[in-house]
Amino acid sequence: MKAAVVVYPGSNCDRDMKMALEGVGFDVTMVWHKDAELPQGLDFVAVPGGFSFGDYLRCGAIAARSPVSQSIADFAAKGGHVLGVCNGFQVLTEAGLLPGALLRNAGLKYICRTVGLKVETTSSVFTNAYTQDQVINIPIAHHDGNYNASADEIARLRGENRVAFSYVDNPNGSQGDIAGILSENRRVLGMMPHPERAFEPAHGNTDGKPFFASLIEAMATA
Amino acid sequence: MTEPKITPELIASHGLKDDEYQRILDIIGREPTFTELGIFSAMWNEHCSYKSSKKWLRTLPTEGPQVICGPGENAGVVDIGDGQAVVFKMESHNHPSYIEPYQGAATGVGGILRDVFTMGARPIAAMNSLSFGEPKHHKTKQLVHGVVEGVGGYGNCFGVPTVGGEVRFHPAYNGNCLVNAFAAGLADADKIFYSAASGVGMPVVYLGAKTGRDGVGGATMASAEFDDTIEEKRPTVQVGDPYTEKRLMEATLELMETGAVISIQDMGAAGLTCSAVEMGDKGDLGVRLDLEKVPTREANMTAYEMMLSESQERMLMVLRPEKEAQAKAVFDKWDLDFAIVGETIAEDRFLIMLNGEIKADLPLKALSGNAPEYDRPWVETPAVDPLDSVPEVDPIDGLKALISSPNYASKQWVYEQYDSQVMADTVRQPGLGAGLIRVHDTGKQLAFTSDVTPRYVKANPFEGGKQAVAEAYRNLTAVGARPLATTDNMNFGNPEKPEIMGQFVFAIKGIGEAVKALDMPIVSGNVSLYNETDGKGILPTPTIGAVGLIAEGEDPIIGQARDGHVAVLIGETFGHLGQSALLAEVFNREDGDAPYVDLALEKLNGEFIRANRDMIKACTDLSDGGLAVAAFEMAEAAGVGIQLDASDCATLFGEDQARYLIACNFDQAEALMIAAAQEGVKIETVGRFTGSDVSFGGISASLEDLSALYRNSFANTFG
Repeated sequence: MKAAVVVYPGSNCDRDMKMALEGVGFDVTMVWHKDAELPQGLDFVAVPGGFSFGDYLRCGAIAARSPVSQSIADFAAKGGHVLGVCNGFQVLTEAGLLPGALLRNAGLKYICRTVGLKVETTSSVFTNAYTQDQVINIPIAHHDGNYNASADEIARLRGENRVAFSYVDNPNGSQGDIAGILSENRRVLGMMPHPERAFEPAHGNTDGKPFFASLIEAMATA
Repeated sequence: MTEPKITPELIASHGLKDDEYQRILDIIGREPTFTELGIFSAMWNEHCSYKSSKKWLRTLPTEGPQVICGPGENAGVVDIGDGQAVVFKMESHNHPSYIEPYQGAATGVGGILRDVFTMGARPIAAMNSLSFGEPKHHKTKQLVHGVVEGVGGYGNCFGVPTVGGEVRFHPAYNGNCLVNAFAAGLADADKIFYSAASGVGMPVVYLGAKTGRDGVGGATMASAEFDDTIEEKRPTVQVGDPYTEKRLMEATLELMETGAVISIQDMGAAGLTCSAVEMGDKGDLGVRLDLEKVPTREANMTAYEMMLSESQERMLMVLRPEKEAQAKAVFDKWDLDFAIVGETIAEDRFLIMLNGEIKADLPLKALSGNAPEYDRPWVETPAVDPLDSVPEVDPIDGLKALISSPNYASKQWVYEQYDSQVMADTVRQPGLGAGLIRVHDTGKQLAFTSDVTPRYVKANPFEGGKQAVAEAYRNLTAVGARPLATTDNMNFGNPEKPEIMGQFVFAIKGIGEAVKALDMPIVSGNVSLYNETDGKGILPTPTIGAVGLIAEGEDPIIGQARDGHVAVLIGETFGHLGQSALLAEVFNREDGDAPYVDLALEKLNGEFIRANRDMIKACTDLSDGGLAVAAFEMAEAAGVGIQLDASDCATLFGEDQARYLIACNFDQAEALMIAAAQEGVKIETVGRFTGSDVSFGGISASLEDLSALYRNSFANTFG
């Protein structure tokens, strides 16, 4: 199975994402943001965490307009599976692939901490290895993770069962405790927490491993 | 534009003393130009020349089979086996952080990261040691917020995990906080890059961010005491751009792989001046710079400003001319400025041109080689009076006083603002002693710690210097790492005062003796003097950063205590309360002598811990607050109660050295007793982990309540 990890100049979780994807058996290509084309025959694209363009202007705003981002949008439009973690989530909202926006944390401070996440839906390739309402522990590390959308949009996300994860103890002020959301076709997931940081025993926590394991399983059987 | 005339006032404002100016006249045989005066002042200030400290730094042990490169380069390089090396250094950014906390701290982190990747190493871990004034001082809260955000803002964006550090408070830092930043990187041992230029007529290449007027005179500012005009110095603080630094790092490492780099030097203090002189001096070459080629972000910059600018995120390199196109392609990829700004020349000459006009023409070697060096007068710190009797306190009250003090409360509020996990190789979360990072794609791990107890150093600079090293040794040992090497960041007051110089001299002696005995040579370091405001000096603060290795196949000691575990103490307890945390926090007394450090015993006990790691579930060293605080922290981390047999303050809060607290099961404790008897190591059972209370000789309080106090006190004070 072929996966691409997008690299912006300020990405800094690109290698971490690659390690996790390779860890479950993906063949991973790193794609530079100036490349307008994604590799042929891709099964999956990941937009990693970091500070894509320094998070100047707004987090993810400049990245959403770089050449590779149009290709990601095209890939998603054709039904491709896309994951955005942390800054990657911000990029996907800025690019319009997911609704809402990530604002500054309510406490105005950067937070790096392992938090409890409730699995809100198992109906996606990202979450089907978990059980409904299961609580998993996944690290967060962000300054701008406060998920914000209109009341109508939040109601719609809930109504369409598109909230993937919610915070057990909301750390950043996100509306509806939302930590991660799915696109309408359930193939694009954006989330602030970092499952790739809870992947192997050396991390002291492997709650993120089923996330990646179910992903490749779904790709392989698709 | 005409340059100002050289007047006695101008000379003095450059921090040059009369005899130093006379030395300049003797060297060049004429009056210097304004630009030349600036260059001399940048090269000869304390910060760059180490003129007061050099004589003593030379006495430090810097060699060992593990050392690939000791002090003198951008960072120290230490062998970690399998053709790999760890590259590390600690450096202060004290004065800028006091003036402008966010940017001062941020650029401190940026500077130390640059030192590491300049050597060809990818940064893999950062730490910072912060000293602030008393919590109630009107500036402290603002400094804490600014410095912590600055450290986080830079490191988080750059993408290096911050895995450890220290935060302390003391009135002696009211007018002069300390920000000591540590960084470590990983490199192939045969691909280390150095600063010595080689070859005549080689292009000198500038890369990274553009040059602005920020930081002009910064190094000179950092070499002076503060007074109430401090706010006027704000424009000398540089502004950091971690996003540019991240790109500069990636581009530099990529460029190094092309084989284009002959030598490289980052532009830190005194920017272009210091980096160019360093490369020429080490390579026995001259350097010619054509300043109109320097990328600038402001118009009409003078030669003086360009030579003294401390704009961040800049590098100077000497490149192989045939690789120029390849090199330029790398920098274009990362959208960084790249310009050939000069060349190496055969003569011993530092020739600075601007639009064809000579702005400075100096003998290059003289700038560093002929820098003044002082044997400043010093007096030994007098022996302190013996400690008067210490009244007994309720031990739970004593514990509460300590764990609710910002000095010993949980630093969660601080470390959660730092990304401690980026790169996904962090093995241990911060807050529990040494940080631990897996060496990517190997079974090895590196441990990092930073330590010093300034109260001890003030009372007894020699023992205090030893103790800083010993505590670092113990912190590395407590996670199962073998201490490898050390970086020292010497923060002191005005060296022109004999009593301050005496503190420095004896701290160096203590550090030297300890690193020798514990085989952890000094491989890099930094000296920050003149940490005084209105004539009041800081506590002498020789911060020790140390790195240890856990070899492939060895397990780290990172378990937790469990209900039923035995609390086992390694080492001997005499109940030394002199200069203890209890005395300071409960009685507001800083009396008595620092604890004596028996280095042979440190070694014996440390080796015992490492050799018996399989029988140890959790381990911590004993330091501030002694057994009581160590036992509480271990219990708190595990969420299980602790019952210690002792109830007297000396046993519970004494700060005798060379001690560790272990949690293990009963069988393991038995086995440890036997092993200890064979090795001549003192060992005793001091209690057990059980229930949900903390109990000292039957006096108890609920762990939950104490834990809340410990977790919330820092945020309640500063949040």
